[in-house]
Amino acid sequence: MELVVFILAAAMVLVGAVGVVVRRNPVHAALSMVLTLFGIAVLFVALNAHFLAAVQVIVYAGAIVVLFLFVIMLLGVDEAEDLAVEPIAGQRPLAIIVSGGVVALIVSAIVASRTILGQHGSGLATTTVDNPDANVQAVARSLFANHVFAFEVTSVLLLIAVVGTVVMARRLRADDGAGK
Amino acid sequence: MTAIFSAITPTSVWYLILAAVLFGIGALGVMVRRNPLVMFMCIELMLNAVNLSFVALARTWSDIEGQTAVFFVLIVAAAEVVVGLGIIVSIMRRRTAATADDLSSLKG
Repeated sequence: MELVVFILAAAMVLVGAVGVVVRRNPVHAALSMVLTLFGIAVLFVALNAHFLAAVQVIVYAGAIVVLFLFVIMLLGVDEAEDLAVEPIAGQRPLAIIVSGGVVALIVSAIVASRTILGQHGSGLATTTVDNPDANVQAVARSLFANHVFAFEVTSVLLLIAVVGTVVMARRLRADDGAGK
Repeated sequence: MTAIFSAITPTSVWYLILAAVLFGIGALGVMVRRNPLVMFMCIELMLNAVNLSFVALARTWSDIEGQTAVFFVLIVAAAEVVVGLGIIVSIMRRRTAATADDLSSLKG
C-alpha cells in the first residue's frame, strides 16, 4: 500500500518540479509548485510525520505560495518569459551537466550506503487510533525539551524579518516623497 | 498485482533518491531561469528536497530530531521568503524588466 502512495506522490512531486522549471508564465510555475508541495506533504504522511505534513500544507502551500502569487500580481511580471533566448552561450547544457552530475553523485552515495539506509526504523512514535497525538507529542517533546533555546531564537529571527521588510518598504516611500 | 504492491515497501533509499532528483531539478531551475521569482521558487524546491531527506532519515534511525530540524528549516524558509520577496518588490518597483540579468546594473 505504501508503494502505491509513494509512486503517486513521487509523480506529483516530479511533475510539479519540472513544471516550475519549464513553465514560461510565473503564475503557472507557482501553481506547479503547489503540486510539488502537496506531494511532499503526502510523503510526510507516509513517513509518519503527520505534524510536519499539516505544517507543510499550511505554511508552504498556504502562506508562501500565496505570497509568491501576491508579489507576481503586485508587480505585474506575469507576462511569459521567452525561454528560447539563451543569455550566455552554452549555459543550458552546462547547467544540465552540473545538476545531473550533482544528482548522480548524491544517488551513487545513497546506493553505496543502501544497506544501512534501507533498514526500517520501528522506535518512532506512530499515530494510532489509541494514541492519535503520538507524532505531535514526540515532536513537541524534542522541540521544547532539547531545542527550546533554538526555538526561542527563531522568534527573534521572524521578528527581524518582519521589521526588516517593513523598513525596506518604508524607505522606498520616503524616497518617492523626496523625489517629487 | 495487489500482491506485488503489498510485498514491496519503499525503503528510505527510495525517498532519498527522490529527494536527490528534486534537488537536482531545483538546482537546474536556479541556473537556467532568469526570472528572479521563479529562481526563488526553485530554491524552495531544493529546501523541500532537503526536508524530505530529513524526514526519511528520521524514520530510518527512529529519531524524532530529524522532524524537529525540518520544523526549523520551515521557519527559516518563511523568513527567507519574506525578506527575499521584499527585496524583489523594492527592486522591481523601479524597473519594469523582470530578469536577473537586468539587475547587473546594481554593480554601479
